[in-house]
Amino acid sequence: MVNGAPVAQGAGLVLAAGEGGASQLTEGGFFASTAWIMLVLPFVAFLGIVLFGRRMRKLGAELAVGAMAVNLAWASVLLVQNMSGGIYREFQFTIADIGEFAGRALSFELGFVVDGLSIMMYWVVAFVGLLVFIYAVGYMKGDVRVTWFFASLSLFAGSMLVLVGAPNLVQLIVGWEGVGLASYLLIGHYWEQKENSNAAIKAFLTNKVADVGLILGAILIGVSLGGFRFSTLAEAAAEHSGALETVAFAGGLLLFLGAMGKSAQFPLHVWLPDAMAGPTPVSALMHAATMVTAGIYLMARAFPLYQNMAAGARDWMLPIAVVTLLVLGLLALVADDLKKVLAYSTVSQLGYMMAAVAAGGYTAGLFHLFTHAFFKALLFLGAGSVIHAVHSNNMSDMGGLRKHMPVTFWTFVIGSVSLAGVIPLAGFWSKDEILATLNHEGYTAFMWMAVAGAFITAFYMTRAVCLTFLGTYRGSGHPHESPKSMTVPLVVLAVPSVAAGLFNIPGVSWGPIGNFTEWVGVRLTAMGDYHPTGVEWDLAAYGLAAAALGIGLGWLLFAREADSQPARDRLEIPVLYPLLRRKFFLDDLYLKGVVGPVKGPLARGVNFVNDYVLDGIINGAGATVAWLGRLVYGRLDQQGIDLVYNAAAGGTSGAGGKLRFLQTGKVQQYAGAFITGALLLAAAGLLFG
Amino acid sequence: MILTQFLILSAVLLALGVYGLLSRRNAVTVLLSVELMLAAVNINLVAFEAFWRSSIAAGQIFAIFVITVAAAEVGIGLAIILLIFRNRAEGNVDELDLMKW
Repeated sequence: MVNGAPVAQGAGLVLAAGEGGASQLTEGGFFASTAWIMLVLPFVAFLGIVLFGRRMRKLGAELAVGAMAVNLAWASVLLVQNMSGGIYREFQFTIADIGEFAGRALSFELGFVVDGLSIMMYWVVAFVGLLVFIYAVGYMKGDVRVTWFFASLSLFAGSMLVLVGAPNLVQLIVGWEGVGLASYLLIGHYWEQKENSNAAIKAFLTNKVADVGLILGAILIGVSLGGFRFSTLAEAAAEHSGALETVAFAGGLLLFLGAMGKSAQFPLHVWLPDAMAGPTPVSALMHAATMVTAGIYLMARAFPLYQNMAAGARDWMLPIAVVTLLVLGLLALVADDLKKVLAYSTVSQLGYMMAAVAAGGYTAGLFHLFTHAFFKALLFLGAGSVIHAVHSNNMSDMGGLRKHMPVTFWTFVIGSVSLAGVIPLAGFWSKDEILATLNHEGYTAFMWMAVAGAFITAFYMTRAVCLTFLGTYRGSGHPHESPKSMTVPLVVLAVPSVAAGLFNIPGVSWGPIGNFTEWVGVRLTAMGDYHPTGVEWDLAAYGLAAAALGIGLGWLLFAREADSQPARDRLEIPVLYPLLRRKFFLDDLYLKGVVGPVKGPLARGVNFVNDYVLDGIINGAGATVAWLGRLVYGRLDQQGIDLVYNAAAGGTSGAGGKLRFLQTGKVQQYAGAFITGALLLAAAGLLFG
Repeated sequence: MILTQFLILSAVLLALGVYGLLSRRNAVTVLLSVELMLAAVNINLVAFEAFWRSSIAAGQIFAIFVITVAAAEVGIGLAIILLIFRNRAEGNVDELDLMKW
């Protein structure tokens, strides 16, 4: 059964963000109608690598890179088509009927959706994915299990594409779990060390906790709407359907719980810093384009629900997001592991995105996702390049790498400056749009907290750059610049890190291609979110001032030369530092607050009762039974029953000893006995039959 | 058609087979005797089939099955005998008592 979705319905299908008059959506051409190939290709590559990878010259890496290159070309064509005129195409077919709930038949459908949002995600996943794959060819050279690594990477990217291409909640969950599985495999890539496999398990289980929310939310919404399709959800939300009204708050909050896991929102962020145990290309892919963006993507995909109906859920989401962006930014200040600085930074930036979406800034959140993908991938790959050179993750083993690794240094600086939000780099424009959205929607206090977050961001990035690249080298060996396959992706990523912001300068539209707001506004229904019509220079000034302050302070504190690396890291403020180093005691809270009481006093109390009360009763009963048992054993068993058995056993043994001589091993004797027996049976049959 | 003559032939063959099986020492001859007994069974089957003129020809079909099984059995038997010859340079069944107690 094939349900090609009806698309051209006329009035309802106008360009959601079409400021200059509504233009009709098209179904797109060949590339839109066969977009499913993008979803399938990485899985084909996965199978190919698993089956034949070991026999290939690059151990299967060429298949992974090839599939991603095709995907990037495909997504680029769609991106260009979508720029010049919006594409909306949805296709799904039923593969199984789930059954009937509340009078509505539900079915499990697979398919794909091509619209502004998914095209943007296809492109980002393919672009960042391709560069990370190419980088990984150099980074993983000579590693154990290269073939399996690339197979898992393909699985990772493929699951993410299934997720972003999902036209319904069920397929989204399939991709969602696929991403979780692949991340487990990749984080635990070096599973020989216990902490790595622990990190993988932690990531998987933390996500599982959140997934319960997603699955419950999907069931709640699916059952009350009579279908899992996002288009059904969007239309129901647009016309304020009564069926959705009752479950909007709970369903919205449950979906958000799912997003909290994947997008590492406080307090479910604990898995993400540990996920640094995986190889650096994995971190880059996971933190830029796949996995952590999945939660933001889900919020954006279900945005009509939040915008039109689940305002109550958004009131919960916004504080969580803002707490995430502040708290995790603070943690990045004290981490010594360069990758952990970037990991905390990622969580903090995810807080920005979530805050934007929760405040009603669909475009603002997605735009930050878009720009963040470039500069965070750049930063992670740069960190990987450094780690590759000095063989340590810790910034206390680095320093002075500017001279040794010029390409890595300059691209890392570009990424940092972009992340810090310096005009006119990409990070500035996306962060500014979030500030504008928060301000416009009336969340002034949260807006100021986001400005404070911008200060923290600039501060920790300056610290990271200073400790890694300035001063004198403190590690062992002679660091050297990484091979071409690693530096070229860095340079390529530096370009959008600088320029991607230009696509969405408020109020600027680039002629025929429009701007980012229009691209991602191509949805089935209008998003109705806020777009600033011009640059709000007062807000931009706050953001810039925060960034400048952060960079300046960081420069003052960390750029100076000092005798030892700890002395260079001047952040040991008495109370704050230990608090931050212990990650606000959250891991301790989970371990000691939940596991500890169960293990400690509670267990001791139970033990006391066990030892003195229960054991007394049991010991008394036990002694009685033992006495009885001895009696029965001695008199009845040993002297009575055993006699019978011993006699039987002795008889059998003796008979066996005599009878075994029948077994002569001579075949002809056996045959003779056999034939005699047969003759006797025949005779008996004749006589008595 | 007279059934008796076939049954007598079959009985004679079976008796010869049994005699050979029990008295001969050479393993190949023992196998030949087994074949003889199977041939006796086949004659019985075909004779009864022809006597009753069954429409489904069950006797002939069974005879073909028996021939097939006999061929397989001889194949395995000869292979075993060949290996025993190779390993022990003798083929007399009364000396092959590896399986005794």
